[in-house]
Amino acid sequence: MQAAAIELRAISKRFGGNVANDRVDIRIESGTIHGIVGENGAGKSTLMNILYGYLKADSGAMLVDGSEVEISQPRHAIAAGIGMVHQHFMLVEPLTVLENMLLGSEGGVTLKRGMTAARREIARIERDYGLEVDLDAVVGELAVGLQQRVEILKALYRGARTLILDEPTGVLTPQEADHLFSILRNLKMQGRSVILITHKLGEIMRVTDRVSVMRRGQMVAHLETRATSREQLAELMVGRAVLFQVAKGPARPGPEVLRVEALDLKDERGVARLKDLSFSVHAGEIVGVAGVSGNGQSELLEVLGGMRSPTRGSIAIRGKMTCWRSIREQGVAHVPEDRLRNGLVRGMKAYENAILGYHRRRDYGGFFLSIRTILSRTRDWFSRYDIRPHDVFLNATSFSGGNQQKLVMAREIEHGPVLLLIGQPTRGVDVGAIELIHRRIVELRDQGMAVLIVSVELEEIMSLADRILVMADGRISGRMPTAMADERAIGMMMADGDAVAAD
Amino acid sequence: MDYFDQSVFLAASTIRLATPLVLAALAGLFAERSGVVDIGLEGKMLAAAFAAAALTAISGSHLLGLAGAIVTSMMLALVHGYATITHRGDQVVSGMAINITVAGLGPTLAEAWFGQAGRISLPPGRGRFMPIELPFAAGVRDIPIVGLVYTDIISGQNLLTYIAVLTIPLAVWVLYCTRFGLRLRAVGENPAAVDTAGISVASLRYRALLMTGLLCGIAGAYLSIAQSEGFTRDMTAGKGYLALAALIFGKWRPVPAVLACLLFAFTDALQARLQGVSLPGIGSVPTQLVQALPYVLTIILLAGFVGRAVAPRAVGKPYVKER
Repeated sequence: MQAAAIELRAISKRFGGNVANDRVDIRIESGTIHGIVGENGAGKSTLMNILYGYLKADSGAMLVDGSEVEISQPRHAIAAGIGMVHQHFMLVEPLTVLENMLLGSEGGVTLKRGMTAARREIARIERDYGLEVDLDAVVGELAVGLQQRVEILKALYRGARTLILDEPTGVLTPQEADHLFSILRNLKMQGRSVILITHKLGEIMRVTDRVSVMRRGQMVAHLETRATSREQLAELMVGRAVLFQVAKGPARPGPEVLRVEALDLKDERGVARLKDLSFSVHAGEIVGVAGVSGNGQSELLEVLGGMRSPTRGSIAIRGKMTCWRSIREQGVAHVPEDRLRNGLVRGMKAYENAILGYHRRRDYGGFFLSIRTILSRTRDWFSRYDIRPHDVFLNATSFSGGNQQKLVMAREIEHGPVLLLIGQPTRGVDVGAIELIHRRIVELRDQGMAVLIVSVELEEIMSLADRILVMADGRISGRMPTAMADERAIGMMMADGDAVAAD
Repeated sequence: MDYFDQSVFLAASTIRLATPLVLAALAGLFAERSGVVDIGLEGKMLAAAFAAAALTAISGSHLLGLAGAIVTSMMLALVHGYATITHRGDQVVSGMAINITVAGLGPTLAEAWFGQAGRISLPPGRGRFMPIELPFAAGVRDIPIVGLVYTDIISGQNLLTYIAVLTIPLAVWVLYCTRFGLRLRAVGENPAAVDTAGISVASLRYRALLMTGLLCGIAGAYLSIAQSEGFTRDMTAGKGYLALAALIFGKWRPVPAVLACLLFAFTDALQARLQGVSLPGIGSVPTQLVQALPYVLTIILLAGFVGRAVAPRAVGKPYVKER
């Protein structure tokens, strides 16, 4: 067997208590385009940053062209013929394209001679691969697609035989993406290898030869692209967490609480993240939003939670149009996906975090906070939600992920909202706490609260929600009552929007 | 004196006052373009002034004094680097700490070692950088205008001023035409790009700080063993901060920053000239008001006329790899 261009053996990496890569093996044959898919946070970028020497693995071996190499710094990777186009471009915006190319391989103490030589060499690469860029343009003034081209050119100029692209199409228009793919095919024809990291399945099916699937830091499958399907990949990516079945009766939906109409959201770069979303949530029902992460669910929560304003469309709570300033006063509670960043203040104590966002309420004393009331309430929540350690004076960061989540849940639920938004209710939460959180959500539903859950765990959606919305590529690609849903059909819908985007 | 004589006098005085500012501003340029805020220019200059005076007083050699000033200032630059690059400490706090330490330590050590009430005095007329008479200076003096400009402005400055003048094109060349300069400009904007290009961010920033130390050292030596004869308490008098202001006013580019230094120096020369002078129509202006002129100008310029000063994007942020 011919030696692989790249081979990684048993790569492991932890960040604190978080395992980002767990004994990962992968083999990239030379002259192929190899896809790596997985959800956000599955460990793809970490793995590639290790291969590029930007991060250092805790253990494991790396082989380039069959021989073991030590890559602990990017310059080792560059010397081994590995180039990487990062998700966030590694470009210096006020410098020109040529200066960016030269950085790190200037060819002498002064720049002049190196520049002349580089111009010639880059012109040759540009011709060979159809990658024209104006070398004297200032990088910051180029369109995103061109900036990416500069990154590719930079890697090739530094002699990359294997090119890693981390989520390259996230910022591109469909036309730019098409052009990128033809460049990648071109590279492959010239015998170079490409590693394409993405969570878009359509791209994988279109351009890759082989595909590896990651989930929660582990490699779960290596497949021939020809021999697989989007549905299979989606299932592999999402996985099936072992969850307790939640005991719940049928929902008795009351009046409509949330109504979303024709919601659009464009991000800072002008890329559409939410496309024409319309749906409603009624009192006394749980609506679950399913989908492969990165398909607009986070943005939806941010818009509903008042953290971002939509580009177009309307949101009404109990028939009244919302204004983001007053979202809490209108009875919307939000348990954000990233509770440590958006749900808690790290340096503040648990009892202070327990009233965050509700601190203006009269019963907390108004201008001078009544610490006594706050403490007694927080203590009550600590015992009811079994938050450990049972000490309201600890800093928010002293609690485990599950206990942080319970603290945020307690705060949001116990202030009596009419609509509860929950992002990833059980991410990073231990099994015992999952059951408690799920039970509490169902109780609230039975008391007449409207609940919207976003989760990447399909199983969780299936067991909790009364109705399911499936999101793909910023659209709602399917909706059904849970009773009529099956995982296969949902898997198809999760892959569906991607097909629309690709074509 | 007629107006022309007065202008020549002002110009010569401007150059003398601008010398330490220019050196300090270029020093700050290297630090800040590498992404390290250096509010400690003041402290480094003061320490260098102290070292220069002390060494010159002991050895009688101003060259030894200059060398000591440079070494002292570079050591402080390394302290700043150790705190902010190696340990990712807050850059403003570290710089301020250096300023405060030096402000107190200087007079204390001077008192302990020289016993001259916290000062170090050089024997008058000896052991410092003296004005250098350029060739023909005396001969061309009588040629109208050109002669006076040559004799009184261009000639008759000391060696350190000429060094400062040469530093300007040198700094431009280093920043824009060398490998070090390219990397420097890059690391202050996007250190991750430099890191992924296989270059060590830390070593690059340390080297930039050493440049800062070198130039601050010369600036400090100028104050104590060229412009005046010895070290006095707080003799930098905010020149480090003024240089930093000039750097911002010049949008972190060498030539505009130098021009800003000249402007500040000019107002300083002007205020010295205006002290006690009765202005037509206004009468005598209180000295304090006149002395405040350069600082008031700084505030006005920085507040109103700079426009959007685009700092190097990574300035002030310790470099931590993203996950």
